[in-house]
Amino acid sequence: MPKQIILAAHFPGVNNTTVWSDPRAGSQIDFGSFEYLARTAERGLFDFFFLAEGLRLREQRGLIHDLDVVGRPDTLTVLTALAAVTTHLGLAGTLNATYHEPYELARQLATLDHLSGGRAAWNVVTSPGAFFGENFRRGGFLDHADRYVRAGEFIQAARTLWDSDGGDFHIQSSQFDIKGRFGVPRSPQGHPVILQAGDSDGGRELAARHSDAIFSRHHQLADAQEFYRDVKGRLASYGRLPDSLKIIPGVSYVLGDSDADAQEKAHHIRRQQVSPQTAILLLEQLWNRDLSAYDPEGPLPSADPLLDEDETIVKGRAGMYPDRLKTAAEWRARAEAKNLSIRDLIIEVTGRQNFIGTASSVAASLNEYVQTDACDGFILVPHLTPAGLDDFVDQVVPLLQERGVFRTSYEATTLRGNLGLA
Amino acid sequence: MTLHVAVALTGSSFDASRWVDQIRRADEAGIDFATFDDTFGRSGPDAVLVASRVAPLTRSIGLVPVATTTRTEPFHLSTALATLDHVSHGRAGWQVRISADPAEAELLGRRAPLGVDDLISEAADAVEVVRRLWDSWQDDAIIKDVPTGRYIDRDRLHYIDFTGEHFTVKGPSIVPRPPQGQPVIAALAHAAQIWDRLDVDVYFTTPSDVDSAATIVRQIRAHGRTDKLVFADLVVFLAGDQETAIRRRAATTSDAAVFAGTPEQLAGLIAGWEPSGISGIRLRPGDDEHDLTAITRDLIPLLRERGLFTPSAEPDLRTRLGLPAAVNRYEGAARA
Ligand SMILES: Cc1cc2nc3c(=O)[nH]c(=O)nc-3n(C[C@H](O)[C@H](O)[C@H](O)COP(=O)(O)O)c2cc1C
Repeated sequence: MPKQIILAAHFPGVNNTTVWSDPRAGSQIDFGSFEYLARTAERGLFDFFFLAEGLRLREQRGLIHDLDVVGRPDTLTVLTALAAVTTHLGLAGTLNATYHEPYELARQLATLDHLSGGRAAWNVVTSPGAFFGENFRRGGFLDHADRYVRAGEFIQAARTLWDSDGGDFHIQSSQFDIKGRFGVPRSPQGHPVILQAGDSDGGRELAARHSDAIFSRHHQLADAQEFYRDVKGRLASYGRLPDSLKIIPGVSYVLGDSDADAQEKAHHIRRQQVSPQTAILLLEQLWNRDLSAYDPEGPLPSADPLLDEDETIVKGRAGMYPDRLKTAAEWRARAEAKNLSIRDLIIEVTGRQNFIGTASSVAASLNEYVQTDACDGFILVPHLTPAGLDDFVDQVVPLLQERGVFRTSYEATTLRGNLGLA
Repeated sequence: MTLHVAVALTGSSFDASRWVDQIRRADEAGIDFATFDDTFGRSGPDAVLVASRVAPLTRSIGLVPVATTTRTEPFHLSTALATLDHVSHGRAGWQVRISADPAEAELLGRRAPLGVDDLISEAADAVEVVRRLWDSWQDDAIIKDVPTGRYIDRDRLHYIDFTGEHFTVKGPSIVPRPPQGQPVIAALAHAAQIWDRLDVDVYFTTPSDVDSAATIVRQIRAHGRTDKLVFADLVVFLAGDQETAIRRRAATTSDAAVFAGTPEQLAGLIAGWEPSGISGIRLRPGDDEHDLTAITRDLIPLLRERGLFTPSAEPDLRTRLGLPAAVNRYEGAARA
């Protein structure tokens, strides 16, 4: 039997993938939008629904970023409400290990697992520095280098609490010293599903040791295969089998009646995603300097990026450019070769859709990724709220089912069961 | 004068269908709001999440979970409650609680237990932070202005810059302003110190009879809290005959008065308390299942017949309770 594909629905987030300027774009905060997308995902027999989270509004040049969607509901609260309007769909929330405490969060996740009949999942993220800390009691208390020390101990503490089945516990580690009785009996999944979304060596190690799935950003075929080999290769030293860790990149797609039609749509969406103002802001994220005086329809700056990684121009978002000079040189070469303006270049080099084509070519590509071990499935990131996955569910899901690589009914009532995790 | 009627649920069930069934019955009876009890140390689900779980399946009942300010993050409380208000279309509230229990301190760790006086100061600061964060987005902050490419007008978002003894919080919130602007905040107020220090909308009080209810209302008004609602809490054991009710009550004691009798007798008692000036009654069912059924099925119709209670048609909790529309403190303020 071929590998079965995991599918998840990412609620459109607070970055420029989400097109709010389209007349069809609905509310980013009304519960109705969340319910619509969750019901769509469940109609498509998806494994889970996914929410990202950031604990402070992003800033650029010291000002609240105003060009992308801003603001979203609290993760656990909205997922628990979604449990009321869905029956099989997993409910995955991103929650920060730095600015929560194990007893409280383990109790909330176990509550969600009970109140959803075993559908809770936690995407464990760490924090990009002290910026978030200004909203919390302890401020920026944790060294960047210790982010995975705390995250690892946090997951272990949560697992100890979940295993205590309402009994006594005593947890002592470098980050935590807590004891007492955990007030939640064993939840339907025992342990909610754990996802991890860090990409550094520390993040990969944490995933190999503690998590059930990775939300990755590797989506070029060869790069994704390399990531897959790397992370799965780390499992043996923790006594784990390759199948016990699922690799699920976040991807976007565009469907068309023909490949040309899909390409045209994709380009139109990219122009919506990269407004002239957004083009300058995205360029600043690499250049790390104020470029507000530049014309988005003009050429790239001649000066090089600033390399001060302690004072980045963007706050509240993980760094995306490990080697600024190298990337800038690549962008310059490309812009010169094709005579591209700043905006045209940004449209080409950032966030291009991963799968573009007819429903059948997209279905074939997705399947190729999974069968050639580039990943185990996909977290689909639509660009429109809330109807952005309608076409996928209506057109691509049936083709995956025909190929025998996607379920035709839910196998289990719990998320663990549907993901085939122990 | 009609009274508001609320119920206080203390259940520890992890069965969602049981909660949905109970809250639906209270909703259908027209009860103004339900409070959901909680502490960290108890065996039971997180109350904010229970309220959220029932929200999409109920219509007009207010949903008021207990959440503790001791050791929790005011930022997380604010965003969770704002979201409860979004998912319930304006029916959210919050019953503030402090925890002086040393065993609870050990569950959360990190900090030596504080004295009650400090815990109340901290709770007052937490309420202030939560309220400021709810206001930190003006209602019209989302502009979706295509020509300038702007999704929000950042001048309508505000840093709250709160600095207190226990925490500093920068803001703004990560959640747009809740539908009610300010969800309803309540506290159980056994002692006069709470009345001055916490900026709440609703006090739950524990009078023993009509005279003590009148005294409490007078005291609260004398503290300058003229615009606050005062609810009298009452533990109730109901049965078709008084003997059975008294047997069910057994040796129950409570911080609130304990009633055992028939629904008719309880309606009579509530009629007797009404002239004290209280705004409403919060009934604490002796048993969540049995007594809640007796309240919704038997007591509410009796109260309606006597003109003591009229279900409100208002969809949001503030309006239901007659609280004024929330004015945003940052309206007209300078940019963030
Ligand atoms: C695909 C992906 C999605 C992420 N989503 C979030 C998010 O929603 N919220 C957040 O605070 N961090 C998010 N992160 C950041 C990471 O979880 C992590 O905290 C950060 O990348 C630093 O860890 P690292 O150095 O191991 O990459 C995401 C990262 C990746 C790769």
